[in-house]
Amino acid sequence: MERFLNLTLTGVSSGVVYAAAALALVLIWRSTRIVNFAQGGMMMITTFVAYSVVRSTDSYWAGFAVALVAGLVLGAVVERLVIRPVEDAPPLNAVIVTLGLLIFLQAIAGMIWGGEPRSFPVAFGIEGYDVAGTRLLFSSSDLFAVLAVVVVMGLLVVLFRATPVGLRMRAAAFAPETARILGVRVGRTLTLGWALAAMVGALAGLLVAPSTFVSPSAFDQILVFGFAAAVLGGLDSPLGAVVGGLLLGLLLSYLSGYAGSEVVTLGALVVVIVVLMVRPSGLFTSGAGRRV
Amino acid sequence: MSATSGRGPVDGAAPMLAVDDLTVAYGAVTALDGVRLGVPEGGITAVLGANGAGKSSLLRTINGLVRPRTGTVTLAGEDITRVAVEDVVRRGLAHVPEGRGVIVELTVEENLRLGGLVRRDGDGEGRAAAADRVYTLFKPLAERRRRPAQTLSGGERQMLAIGRALMSRPRVLLLDEPSLGLAPRVTADIMAVVRGLRDSENLTVLLVEQNARSALSIADRAIVLNVGRVVVDAPAGELAADASLRHAYLGF
Repeated sequence: MERFLNLTLTGVSSGVVYAAAALALVLIWRSTRIVNFAQGGMMMITTFVAYSVVRSTDSYWAGFAVALVAGLVLGAVVERLVIRPVEDAPPLNAVIVTLGLLIFLQAIAGMIWGGEPRSFPVAFGIEGYDVAGTRLLFSSSDLFAVLAVVVVMGLLVVLFRATPVGLRMRAAAFAPETARILGVRVGRTLTLGWALAAMVGALAGLLVAPSTFVSPSAFDQILVFGFAAAVLGGLDSPLGAVVGGLLLGLLLSYLSGYAGSEVVTLGALVVVIVVLMVRPSGLFTSGAGRRV
Repeated sequence: MSATSGRGPVDGAAPMLAVDDLTVAYGAVTALDGVRLGVPEGGITAVLGANGAGKSSLLRTINGLVRPRTGTVTLAGEDITRVAVEDVVRRGLAHVPEGRGVIVELTVEENLRLGGLVRRDGDGEGRAAAADRVYTLFKPLAERRRRPAQTLSGGERQMLAIGRALMSRPRVLLLDEPSLGLAPRVTADIMAVVRGLRDSENLTVLLVEQNARSALSIADRAIVLNVGRVVVDAPAGELAADASLRHAYLGF
């Protein structure tokens, strides 16, 4: 029972990270129908920036804040300079461009910070909470990760549902030409969408870096899990991304605990294949089937 | 039956919306060929013609979605030919696209709010009042405020599309085939509302229709396009009464 509880808690704390990575992918997919293969590279860059800020200021929170802002800026710049030229091109062009960007970012990071994995601090302690005499595998840093992702999700819901900017972004995502007729500057909403997505990605990087360390290719696997979570929840649904992330985190945690950690990546792959075979639109996307 | 000139139409008053020497081509295909027409303020001008006559191209060029090869579009004396589509609506020209163009994933209320976002006077109360006015004009929408537009019937979607355009408080309304796919009675209801807006608010309307009979029932002026050219520009009643013109271009 205690083992099950601990596996569940571990699943939740890794699940929220997959959820954040999935959310970053979903935000971009929704608005531009592009799967951002460079997401791992972008969050690696922002996490390295946080690493440098933490090193020079000795403040975790300075690094945290700078990484989120760096995410916003990086997302906007990438959309304007790299994605804008291929937005109207065949989908494969965007795939190639984001893959190229990933390689570019990894090379840049290698030149600046080197190829060695660097350790990254946690927000709070890593000591598990003691409850009724047992030490849980759930620390205040894990709790912070869960709360951070929940808060970000909540803010995004408020933004999309209750603000004019959110309404414009949804309109631009669902029907770009109609949105333009109604005065929405679709180009700006796309830039904002990429900026927000990259900021959520930056958060995912900050939360996962203490356990993976930071290196140019440190987040490749997290992105695979994030993609699996997004497919599970439905690529069009932010809520689906979060639920998909949590479900995947739990599933992989149980797999790792009861079947062995070597089958975890295989498990994520099986999830993707099963979802695509049984319910290709994911758990939370309704309506017409996806084109993919 | 003279073509009204871009600047000075027959009755001397400058038109609210004018198009002069407009030529639009997609590759080698010419959609509009030297089109010139004026839409007087506070009137309903119908643009009629068969499929492929260039009617939709005309609207899409007026609102900036399509760039013309030559010619100008003038709104209330200002040249808007090169104004981007996102800004045309801010100048007071609202477009109800063909096929209704409501955003089906958004609710009725959200579609209306979206239409009102470009209003600059837009304090919350002004927008709420504008929405209430739309709900008064189109009663069925009022009962479905929180429903996704997906759940609306064809007629209700057309009402929503027109209502959404009205939210920006336009001076000119471009209507693209509002009768498309609607039952005759629903079409008549919608035409009556458009007529009412002209009468009560002096709204200027450019109405593109394939359904010439119902368009002529509310229009003040009628223009017939044939393969990208203006072939008739006359008072609506005159065109409706002229059997040979009707047979030649409108098929009834």
